[in-house]
Amino acid sequence: MNAEHPPVRLTTVSKNYGDKIALRDVSLDIGPGGVTALLGPNGAGKTTMVKLMLGLAAPTSGTVTLFGNDPRHTASRSRIGAMLQVGKVPETLRVREHIDQFRSYYPSPMTANDVFAAAGLQGLEGVKFGDLSGGQRQRVLFALAICGNPQILFLDEPTLGFDVEARRSFWEQIREFVARGRTVLLTTHYLEEADALANRIVVIDHGSIIADGTPTEIKQHVSGRKIRCTTTLSETDLRAIPGVTTVSFDRGNAELVVTNAESVTRELLWNDATLSNLEVSGIQLEEAFLALTHAREAA
Amino acid sequence: MTAASTIVAPGNDVVAAPAVSSPFRVYRTEAKYELIKQLRIPAFMLPTIGFPIMFYVLFGLVMQYGPRGSNTAATYLLATYGAFGVIGIALFALGVGVAVERGQGWLAVKKASPMPLSAYFAAKYLTTLAIGLILMLLMCAIGALFGHVRMSAGHWIALITVETLGAVPFCAMGLAIGYLAGPNSAAAVVNILYLPMAFLSGLFIPAEMLPRFLQRFAVALPPYHLGRLALDAVGLEPASHALGHIAALIGFGVLFTIIALIAYRRDEGKTYG
Repeated sequence: MNAEHPPVRLTTVSKNYGDKIALRDVSLDIGPGGVTALLGPNGAGKTTMVKLMLGLAAPTSGTVTLFGNDPRHTASRSRIGAMLQVGKVPETLRVREHIDQFRSYYPSPMTANDVFAAAGLQGLEGVKFGDLSGGQRQRVLFALAICGNPQILFLDEPTLGFDVEARRSFWEQIREFVARGRTVLLTTHYLEEADALANRIVVIDHGSIIADGTPTEIKQHVSGRKIRCTTTLSETDLRAIPGVTTVSFDRGNAELVVTNAESVTRELLWNDATLSNLEVSGIQLEEAFLALTHAREAA
Repeated sequence: MTAASTIVAPGNDVVAAPAVSSPFRVYRTEAKYELIKQLRIPAFMLPTIGFPIMFYVLFGLVMQYGPRGSNTAATYLLATYGAFGVIGIALFALGVGVAVERGQGWLAVKKASPMPLSAYFAAKYLTTLAIGLILMLLMCAIGALFGHVRMSAGHWIALITVETLGAVPFCAMGLAIGYLAGPNSAAAVVNILYLPMAFLSGLFIPAEMLPRFLQRFAVALPPYHLGRLALDAVGLEPASHALGHIAALIGFGVLFTIIALIAYRRDEGKTYG
């Protein structure tokens, strides 16, 4: 294996759409192996990054390579699979026909039956795309992405609109794929998804990488704890307490991410005698992520 | 599982497999599914196949609108409504179809695969010609059975060949419109252009019956030349200028292909370059 050519490499990549900056000076190597999650709010630049990696868009400056080559080369594209956000897929073709068509593009595709099994499409082979449910449609797009037997799989918001059960079974399919030694890169704004699947999380906001590490490391980026309570204090009052990093409200409960739980708790109880339902807990990926992106907005 | 399943470590080690799939297989599969896909869309088949046939039956067979004569109108309008039909298929199925697939992100999924882009466009062209051929066979059968159209075998073959192959420059026109107008307005632009252009080109009523200044304008319209060529194929073009019309159609085809390529490059440039 040639260590100089990782499956995906971005070198000082910037991308502008007109005068709008989508990515600024991003450098990133991905794989081989494992699941990397690009995590960030909508409009952070995740999809732009995937488009650059797939050769569907060119960087304004910097270089993007797949296995050391131009992503647009047929040889590069034969080794990858991509599940993108699609508005409309031809609805009159049957599942079997869609798979057959995409298998014809690749030099050594999976057998159709292996594709149906890996994507959980057994029993749906003869159904027209237009007659499938939303989750089944996503599974067909996943099947199209894996049918060429790719070494890297790109998944752009793969579980958008899934219910909990569908999301979990989809995660299982991705884990099986990775277990065979393949590389997966997925974008998501579901923190739970990144935490459950990824062994590496790259946090993107406003076109820049603001954190990169294992889920545990990302959580450590924000030292501190979370306080939940029911309080009559206003958001402004809460923000004024020293040690409070972020404030949010969830069904009447205040949620604070704090650097020093003890002093903040003392201050809270002193300021609001009616305070109830006090809970202090460790930080979750979600809070770490919010703190990371908010810190940048404040800067 | 095939040879590629032997890749255990997904790194830079290239498997001893051909870098691309068999090109012939890709083109054949692409064309096959493109045709199946289109034929199964009722909302497409009804207007593009149904309307030309309906117009032909109404104006060519029922009303006998056109030049006087026993079956001259039925023959004349078979040629011109045939041209009207194949042009519609090219502009809607291919032009609007590509614009929509591009706009909805489906083309991006295909472009991310190793599929050669030429296979995608070749399949669209072949499908347009195949549906055009189906339309012409239907219209000719209706003309012969109900309009008492009688011609030599040579005329029948010439008519069907001219109309089927004559769709090619209009495929390029569809692509040019689709790429210039963008995915959301392509259908509207085609609708605005299609009917007036067909009317002014003499596809509904003979161009000679139009006011003189409009007749001169007709020569500048691509459908006029396909209509004339089709009339020539059935022996109804009073002054035979077949070569001139063929040259005009090839010229328009080249022109629209260039426009489509420029528009394609410009569109790529927004994302690529």
